[in-house]
Amino acid sequence: MNKITVKICMGTTCFVMGASQLQELMDIIPSKYGDKVEIQGVPCLEFCNVNTESNAPYVAVADTIVKNATVDKVLETIERKLGYGQE
Amino acid sequence: MDKNNQAIHLKKEILVKVIKAFYSDNFPESTRLIPFEMRPKGSEVPYRCCIYKEREIIRNRTIAGLGYPMEGADERLLLSGYAEGSLKREKPDEQMLTVLELACKGCVPNRIFVTDLCQGCVARPCLENCKFDAIKIVNGKSQIDSSKCKLCTKCIQVCPYHAIVKLVVPCENVCPVGAISKDEQGHARIDFEKCIACGKCVSACPFGAIHEKSQIIDILNKIKQGKKVVAMIAPSIAGQLPGNIYQIKTALLMCGFYDVLEVAQGADITAKNEAKEFAQRIENNEPFMTTSCCAGYNNLVDKHMSEIAKYRSDTKTPAYYTAELCKQKYPDCISVFVSPCVAKKSEAQKNDNIDYVMNYEEMGALFIANKIEVSELEPTPFDVESSREGRNFGIVGGVAESVKAADCNKTDVKPYVINGINKDTIRELRTYAKKGECDKGNLIEVMCCEGGCVGGNACINTIRTATKSINDFTKDSKPICE
Ligand code: FES
Repeated sequence: MNKITVKICMGTTCFVMGASQLQELMDIIPSKYGDKVEIQGVPCLEFCNVNTESNAPYVAVADTIVKNATVDKVLETIERKLGYGQE
Repeated sequence: MDKNNQAIHLKKEILVKVIKAFYSDNFPESTRLIPFEMRPKGSEVPYRCCIYKEREIIRNRTIAGLGYPMEGADERLLLSGYAEGSLKREKPDEQMLTVLELACKGCVPNRIFVTDLCQGCVARPCLENCKFDAIKIVNGKSQIDSSKCKLCTKCIQVCPYHAIVKLVVPCENVCPVGAISKDEQGHARIDFEKCIACGKCVSACPFGAIHEKSQIIDILNKIKQGKKVVAMIAPSIAGQLPGNIYQIKTALLMCGFYDVLEVAQGADITAKNEAKEFAQRIENNEPFMTTSCCAGYNNLVDKHMSEIAKYRSDTKTPAYYTAELCKQKYPDCISVFVSPCVAKKSEAQKNDNIDYVMNYEEMGALFIANKIEVSELEPTPFDVESSREGRNFGIVGGVAESVKAADCNKTDVKPYVINGINKDTIRELRTYAKKGECDKGNLIEVMCCEGGCVGGNACINTIRTATKSINDFTKDSKPICE
């Protein structure tokens, strides 16, 4: 299976609106999923310009955009992609 | 409480909207429309019973964003009226905090409650142990008569099934000085005679019902009027955003500030003066000295703990010295302290050299409204580079360390840190004051917030990552003792 890439937006808007609290994913994800998931902190993903700050922070899990991202929402999205709980 | 929650998100969102409204062609009208823009017709209603109540709550929060109290807000006055008023105001409101009554209602007063887990056992230790005769048996199960219950929690301790719980009001519970309680209508009331402005209630309330009255419009208005508005950035700012303090300086200049000073510059003066004072006191055989840089702690001493006042350092705070330097450099400037917490607003009120306070959340909102990407900006240097120790003032233990370092190994300094003011540490400090000795050390650093200033109520980053980035940044700064 292909590796899933998770990008946490570390742009100013996302960071101020809550991405600061998502940094713990940097520890959680590698320990939980090993090398099945890669996690990166990235500069502004440009969603804040289209969708305004109201839905920030944004996280990209492969091709899915998680709005108003929280640690739980991001983990859920990853598990859906990994196909957990679908068998 | 975890800071990634909707209440905090909403508060920041409103600040961004207020600032954007200020920048728009028609500030009053744009402000009036904020609740409608945030909850347009037909939008889903995330928290309350209906869209009208949601809008009303947003309206109230906007009032706080404009710097006004929400208690007793005039329902007939449109937000546009408040916006116009905020432009004419010359002094910020005296009390820094305000309670959103509509949001506060949802939470029940402190009480002890028997849950369904009660097994109706034969032993009934709860009944046996209650000194106030507050437990009765209804349908074989225990029940508490709240008119008799004194909240002693004895029954909770003795129940073999852990069936009894205490429901606490988070703001009341977290307030270290008993300054907040629910009135008959179920609204939290802050007793400002007792309040030390620590901001713990602001962070603790799950409904986000307690707001700081923002001074952001006052500040932006001064900038717009062409005044020289100078920002003084507290040391803890170094850990708040992706990007360093030189880039934050650039960002603030882009927002119209005339100059930016590091408060760490004042912290260097505090550390040196405090080291001298400490050596003097030890020479005079005083048992210990506490630091005096934390505004929350200073309020605590002034309002509730006069017995420890003589042990508190007489040295002024970093904000004090920085503001003095600022006004010397620019006598006609408007000075703005950029702050991690609400307590500094109370300090500013007592200091004529500090005109306004902008907290980190407000600064973040300002950058968002201006579409500034801090980490991509060119750095701007400071005229005076501060020391590593001065720059470490915002992390726990940093102040005591800096005083020790500024002493350059002349005195036997044994630092001890009070990491956060709460009911227990208040008791601890009182004991030291009463006994006139502290067995843990002779230099007591007192931080009102756990983690130090990086734990302040208006901080953006987590304590852990903020502390790490400050350490990474300051390790290359020059030492205070050359
Ligand atoms: S800051 Fe995250 S999308 Fe722009």
